[in-house]
Amino acid sequence: MTPAGSLLIATSLHKTYGHTPALDSADFSIHPGEVVAVMGPSGSGKSTLLHCLAGIVKPDSGSVHYNGRELTAMSDAERSGLRRGEFGFVFQFGQLVPELSCVENVALPLRLNGTKRKEAETRASAWMERLEVADVAHKRPGEVSGGQGQRVAVARSLVTGPRVLFADEPTGALDSLNGERVMELLTEAARESRTAVVLVTHEARVAAYSDREVVVRDGKARDMAGVR
Amino acid sequence: MSGQDAPAKESRSRVSIARWAADLAMGGRFAVTGGRESWARTIMTAVGVGLGVALLLLASAVPTMYQQRNERGDARSALSFGNAKVKPGPDTLQLANAGTDYRDQDITGMVMAPDGKGTPPVPPGIDRIPAAGEMWVSPALKKLLDSDEGKLLRDRFPYRTIGVIGDSGLTGPTEFTYYAGISQKAFDNVRSQYHIDHWGSEKKGEDKPLDPALLLLIIVGCVVLLLPVLIFIATAARFGGERRDRRLAALRLVGADIHMTRRIAAGESLFGSLLGLAVGTGLFLLGRELASGVDIWGISFFASDIVPSAPLALVIAAAVPASAVMVTLIALRGIAIEPLGVVRNAKPKRRRLWWRLLLPLLGMALLLPLAGGFGAGGGSGSNTKAYQAAAGAVLLLIGITALLPWVVEAVVERFGGRGSVPWQLATRRLQLSSGTASRAVSGITVAVAGALALQMLFASVEAQDREDTGQDPHRAQLIANVPVSNGAQAHDAFARYRATKGVKDLLGVTEDYISDVRHSKDDPTSVPEEAITVADCPTLRELVRITSCKNGEVFLVDSPSYYGEGEGFAKPGAKVNLAYRDDGTPDLRKKKLWTIPDSATKVKPRKDPVGSERTGIFATPGAFDIADLPDPGASAMIRLDPKVPDGVEYVRNTSVALSPAMDVMRLSSTAQSDEFTVIRKALFIGATATLLLIGASMIVTTLEQLRERKRLLSVLVAFGTRRTTLSWSVLWQTAVPVVLGLALSIAGGLALGVMLLKMVGQPLAVDWTGLATMTGIGGGVILLVTLVSLPPLWRMMRPGGLRTE
Amino acid sequence: MSIGHTLLGLLEGGPRHGYDLKRAFDERFGHDRPLHYGQVYSTMSRLLKNGLVEVDGIEHGGGPERKRYAITDAGITDVEDWLVQPEKPEPYLQSVLYTKVVIALLTGRDAADLLDVQRAEHLRLMRDLTQRKRGGDLSDQLICDHALFHLEADLRWLELTAARLGQLAKAVRS
Repeated sequence: MTPAGSLLIATSLHKTYGHTPALDSADFSIHPGEVVAVMGPSGSGKSTLLHCLAGIVKPDSGSVHYNGRELTAMSDAERSGLRRGEFGFVFQFGQLVPELSCVENVALPLRLNGTKRKEAETRASAWMERLEVADVAHKRPGEVSGGQGQRVAVARSLVTGPRVLFADEPTGALDSLNGERVMELLTEAARESRTAVVLVTHEARVAAYSDREVVVRDGKARDMAGVR
Repeated sequence: MSGQDAPAKESRSRVSIARWAADLAMGGRFAVTGGRESWARTIMTAVGVGLGVALLLLASAVPTMYQQRNERGDARSALSFGNAKVKPGPDTLQLANAGTDYRDQDITGMVMAPDGKGTPPVPPGIDRIPAAGEMWVSPALKKLLDSDEGKLLRDRFPYRTIGVIGDSGLTGPTEFTYYAGISQKAFDNVRSQYHIDHWGSEKKGEDKPLDPALLLLIIVGCVVLLLPVLIFIATAARFGGERRDRRLAALRLVGADIHMTRRIAAGESLFGSLLGLAVGTGLFLLGRELASGVDIWGISFFASDIVPSAPLALVIAAAVPASAVMVTLIALRGIAIEPLGVVRNAKPKRRRLWWRLLLPLLGMALLLPLAGGFGAGGGSGSNTKAYQAAAGAVLLLIGITALLPWVVEAVVERFGGRGSVPWQLATRRLQLSSGTASRAVSGITVAVAGALALQMLFASVEAQDREDTGQDPHRAQLIANVPVSNGAQAHDAFARYRATKGVKDLLGVTEDYISDVRHSKDDPTSVPEEAITVADCPTLRELVRITSCKNGEVFLVDSPSYYGEGEGFAKPGAKVNLAYRDDGTPDLRKKKLWTIPDSATKVKPRKDPVGSERTGIFATPGAFDIADLPDPGASAMIRLDPKVPDGVEYVRNTSVALSPAMDVMRLSSTAQSDEFTVIRKALFIGATATLLLIGASMIVTTLEQLRERKRLLSVLVAFGTRRTTLSWSVLWQTAVPVVLGLALSIAGGLALGVMLLKMVGQPLAVDWTGLATMTGIGGGVILLVTLVSLPPLWRMMRPGGLRTE
Repeated sequence: MSIGHTLLGLLEGGPRHGYDLKRAFDERFGHDRPLHYGQVYSTMSRLLKNGLVEVDGIEHGGGPERKRYAITDAGITDVEDWLVQPEKPEPYLQSVLYTKVVIALLTGRDAADLLDVQRAEHLRLMRDLTQRKRGGDLSDQLICDHALFHLEADLRWLELTAARLGQLAKAVRS
């Protein structure tokens, strides 16, 4: 279940919100450069799994190891630092700061890490070019299309060169053409930089960009790679 | 927008009143039935408007409050102007004011005794005249006497408390006052007693026309304190506006036209503000119950005194909902509510400068001609000037408020996204919607600018008013003037003071008058008089400049210009008369002679601790027997032991034991007229309250904005944003407009202050403490808003926001 | 569609006559194509020969001879294998998948599991198609997309079915 050389390993995660169990003994692992789709019906605990893996949420029990470090034992500040430096995030919507321009949005994670504004924006511009949104760099998120906005978000998630990219329904708000383009660019960029991608989606065609899928049902994660 | 507007405009003119009413009612229903969100919005508006309304009602009640208070004060007044002195009779009452101080508390009181066997007048609030040894006390005084704190004070009142003075006999619930009965004989020891045959002073004819300068102060003061409240009400009417707009968009989707949505929105705010009126009335009623226990600088009011004036209350009831609706309609003009969502005009029109500048310039134009002098003249002319000045001041203050959004916008636009991340987040946010920020702050601008200007005025007037008393509190801290009938009593009094706890040292003098033995050369009807002061050598050294002194010596100090006739009659070797009649005039028929010793030396006077230079004859006890004095007074200049707390109180207790209506004077190097202190404090408190109110509205706006971006905050947390980063951004976001507002208001306040000072012909002086205080409060508001916003911010920064879908 | 496996699955609930089997099959799966009795007879003979069923008893009456069939252990294993083995992804698969889901529910097996396995199989093909699409020209892309959309439709149906398993189980078992 936990193959050697995994970058991120979670074992028997439990998490309950109120009286609803969201995760019930869920396991997960991912290699560097691997794209793993997390699938399952809504309410199955997909997003909770992602939040636990990323150290956003602390599981009630179980452990998450990242690169040999126990995530669940870290302080909030340490986990935040990890998320700033080593992880990237793309969500479905509402993730760009509306008052910042697109390039400032992309540069934001670098700046949170202490990079100087000029340098951060230069690097941000490079990533925006890569994701084919260089032309909207100085527009505000409210002034660009959904597809462009999502690409800006992808650029932002990759700008720090993260080891793991967490994408929660990254194409959820996009039409299929835009969605596929975003997935192509995202997986391409991730594979090139050997960034592991945890891709939460309920769409099969989005999941088809992954290397393997993990199905979450009733709080349990089932790795489908071994099933033949 | 313009294309589809044309037919709509046409149809609008045909919209019937019924249509209006229906849409307004629908808005009202939405305010209630629109789910939790719209309830929250309605409640926020209602509470905000309610706070403002409560303040307005309180302000409108002020005239009544004072009127009621003064009426009761007049009704129990023992002074009747214009009437001849009342002669003692069977139905009269002998009275003396016997007010005293206890620590910082001013206590008023009267001692009384019926003159005859008839029915003396009973003051309002008590059932009967207290018999000797009895007293009535006010509830506050009773509480003090019954408490541990009042232990020392109990010794001062050797009376049995027989009851509590009723409300009709008090000016306010926290007044400290008493009526005590003493024997007729005890009045012998009282200096200024009088007789009355009824209580209450006559109506004092016409009310004095207000001093124009005072009128100016009142008008500017009202503007300064009430304009921010109005601004706050306007802000409250916009609470939750963004969500409402989205709901209206949904209405458009099901077929409402633009004008309908506006009317519905108006209906919503109308409902909210009506609810606010109710809340405000409730708060006011609640507040006035609480206010009845509050004592500010010795002034308190009964809850029943706090009655808003009816016309003003009507104006409030009409103006508040009307302005709420207007504010909503104006706010909606800037956005287009389309069926698929709310379109904010992407690039809002740049704010225009000209009309914003016009207002303060117009204000200055009105003020400048008055700068030459204002108080001069009088009569109706200066009243017009006062109104002109008030109009100018109001225009200037409103102008500053109007200028603020432009300044904030212009300044914020200069920030090019440089600086730290929190700074960048804050400034970009302000660039996107500087209007919200400056609207909230504009209240601060008026309050601070106005308060500053008035502070300057008061500080300057006060500085002039604060005169040097010439008193020297280092030489003696207390002066007690004891009425004595002979020297033995004076000795006794001094001894009792010396034995009083806390008294370190005492300079005791006995003083009286003597007269010449013949009538004046210039005026045959009068006899020249001169003071005689008897004291021991150490005391005399404090009063006159002498190098040596032995008991038995006499010194003379010339009066500077005694009736303008050069040298007085009191010369060494001269005979003087000690006999006086009962009415206090020299008695030359039954002269009692005393010869000033030849050895008496002329000396120069020295300022005594009270600051006055005594003149006349200064005799040591060995040279003059005080028993010979007809009506001596004893004056004790007391030095306190700073190590003994409450020394003053012990001395006061001793004084009252010596004479029931005697108080002790405290020496201080400067005297300040109390009113200005009170007005300054009131102004300060008003400005603080205003700033807090504005702080409250900023908190609401900030929280609303945070809640709107709950998801965004969660996302920012997901990619590792520190709490401190976002906290700082909230701080900057509040600080930038507040600092700009303060800067603008300080500039405007100084300008207005200079004008006011010039008008009343006072020297220019900047009130730095006032300036620092206002700046400090402004900073406090920034901190407060940030601090209050932090817990919800941190709560929202939990990842919970990510799982909303 | 494998009639043999379906009949075997139906037998897991208990021994039945050949005619009962036909009626049960028609009721659940044969809405548009009822089974001929001959089909049942020949299938049962084959299963009998392979040892997957056995004759539980023969009823002699007025009508034709009526054999009662019962499933053997080998038969149960055969149903198991059939259910677990995912179908090769291809268009218009739903009737087979539906049959499988119903049989799994009828026999008390984990239908969700079956769906997971099937999805994995579908995704495997979809990954290949996606890969091909990436490298290919426009016509490749369009062809691949056609297949992808169909496969996606299968999967959507699967998800929908999975979401309604509880409801279906109730209906099936009633």
